[in-house]
Amino acid sequence: MASLKQLSAEKDLFASGHRACAGCGASVILRQVSLTAGKDTVFVGATGCMEVVSTIFPYTAWKIPFLHNAFENSAATASGVEATYRALKKRGEITKKVNIIAFGGDGGTYDIGFQSLSGAMERRHNMLYICYNNEAYMNTGIQRSSATPFGAHTTTSPAGTVIPGKQQFPKDLTEAIAAHDIPFVAQAAPHNWADLTRKVTKALSIDGPTFINILSPCPLGWAYPPNLTMKISKLAAETCFWPLYEVENGVHKINFKPKEKKPITEWMKLQGRFRHLLKEENAHIIELAQQEIDRKWNRLLRMVEAKI
Amino acid sequence: MEKMIVAKTGNEAMAEAMRQINPDVVAAYPITPATEVVQLFSKFVADGRVDTEFVPVESEHSALSACVGAAAAGGRVMTSTASQGLALMHEVLFIAAGLRLPIVICEVNRSLSGPINIHCDHSDTMAARDSGWIQLYSEDSQEAYNNTIQAMKIAEKVFLPAMVTADAFIISHSLERLELIPDEEVQSFLGKHQKPYDLLDLDNPITLGGLDLQDYFFEHKRQEIEAMKDAKEAIIEVGKEFGKIFGTEYGFFEKYRMDDADIAIITLGSSAGTTKVVVDALRKQGKKAGLLKIRVFRPFANKELKKEIENLKAVAVLDRADGMSSFGGPVFHEVRSCMYESEKKPLTKNYIYGLGGRDIFPEDIETVYNDLYKDVEKGKIENLINYLGVRE
Repeated sequence: MASLKQLSAEKDLFASGHRACAGCGASVILRQVSLTAGKDTVFVGATGCMEVVSTIFPYTAWKIPFLHNAFENSAATASGVEATYRALKKRGEITKKVNIIAFGGDGGTYDIGFQSLSGAMERRHNMLYICYNNEAYMNTGIQRSSATPFGAHTTTSPAGTVIPGKQQFPKDLTEAIAAHDIPFVAQAAPHNWADLTRKVTKALSIDGPTFINILSPCPLGWAYPPNLTMKISKLAAETCFWPLYEVENGVHKINFKPKEKKPITEWMKLQGRFRHLLKEENAHIIELAQQEIDRKWNRLLRMVEAKI
Repeated sequence: MEKMIVAKTGNEAMAEAMRQINPDVVAAYPITPATEVVQLFSKFVADGRVDTEFVPVESEHSALSACVGAAAAGGRVMTSTASQGLALMHEVLFIAAGLRLPIVICEVNRSLSGPINIHCDHSDTMAARDSGWIQLYSEDSQEAYNNTIQAMKIAEKVFLPAMVTADAFIISHSLERLELIPDEEVQSFLGKHQKPYDLLDLDNPITLGGLDLQDYFFEHKRQEIEAMKDAKEAIIEVGKEFGKIFGTEYGFFEKYRMDDADIAIITLGSSAGTTKVVVDALRKQGKKAGLLKIRVFRPFANKELKKEIENLKAVAVLDRADGMSSFGGPVFHEVRSCMYESEKKPLTKNYIYGLGGRDIFPEDIETVYNDLYKDVEKGKIENLINYLGVRE
């Protein structure tokens, strides 16, 4: 694995000058992923923030091949790229190892692209799928997705006078993809670049489908000042809201265990989308959110202990 | 050249063409009545008779999405579908065309739900007529086979995708005599795969499918429109070359006893075969009836069509789909529109027929010709839009 010093000396493959918001977590993620993958890599991106900010014709932030097809089909599209790659390799027309990385936001991955992703994983295409999970449809203006946390305010799960934000817990996509029994599945977050880049390196070294779900703090959608992106990313791991862990060949391993698990309010109070939950009358919602985090974290601990 | 004479269904014929084309990638999903194409092709893959990477996707949306990825990566790419499958691909049809990817679909014409029905009409491909795909309609298995081989070459000449259609069951499942071209002749006819660009060229990285706003989108679409115009020339060129090598020349239309005809039916697909039988019968009665079969619906050969029909007294356009505009079907709209500038205009009327696989009999078609003669006698069209063979 490259050191931070080595990585910072590398020429960016996801170049600056793209149109992402200040403090955007996803652009940091793509920079880390592309630097780790190197230039022999093809990216296939779903419609969403990252496609929009990186490719406005005639400009592009991509110094490596990039293909965008539509919203729900980056995994299927990458399946096709990989199939041609295999065909050309068989004929000897291409000899290099090429990394194929598909990505999408949580909308394009958890929701509308779920089927396409599931199919690609089941067919065992040799690709890495990256979800940059900013926990709502940010590109269209912060609508709820199945990744949006319980209680969060979005424009389609607004904190109203009767209903206080999103009423459902998020889908556990990481485990859903792990249930496809693919060789490598992981969760990561951009503040821990060493963990993130190690996971990308690991995933790309594997012959078969791999998946990394990366939490992607979004200043606009989560309503926090842009300078707090990394702090919020870190707190997500420290509160165990977003455990950094991996599932290799069906065995769970936790990559970061906080010495002292922080209460979820530590993470929530920095974000405007949870502001309404901090009112006294919504204390029971916070309690439910905390209970769910505890339940999932304990489940993860038990799985690690059981070596499953 | 020694052609092999075999008995094949339309599906088998298209699968054979796919085998002989030997694409780099086929990504497909089964759907009645096109399932057989995918099934047969899977067997070719399993038996090592093709080099193709077969991607058995989980939906038609993913089928065409994978085709886009595969073609963008520089592969020769095909798929097959019908009806709901083509409808599910709809979003990606426009993207494939917009990205100028020469993908070929073997499409079996089945009516779109609802109500659900598995039999023939043209509502599926007519709903895709403005998607930027070349459309070749087939009268029988032989034509479905010949069209598939030509479609690949045409698509690669102008960098537009193409769909070849065959009527559900009437063609897809009917056993017919088929002349097969030897494998190596198909390969030499097609030549080396022509690709618009190469995503896998790591030394020359490109960004494809980027956001294209008010300042450039229109120019890119304008180029696509121009490519569709160029497709007319490519279709003629490829059709002539095909004729020179394999014996049957193809163009925009097939003219059946049109030289001295005074009235004609315009149709596409398998009903052209039935119409020919009626034309022959009417000719025996001394009636100068003709048939103009449209093979190429996209691009639409408007000037050429005008020339073919302007001297007729009356024309009936048969549509196996309705435009749901209360003003007839899609073929009728095109035919009528291209006659607008003509000083000489035949009386032109529309018959919608055969929706959901309703059989069309020679007697039905005879009625149409008889109606036309009555209109000619009166000097005006009695009913502009007609529904043939429906209980009303």
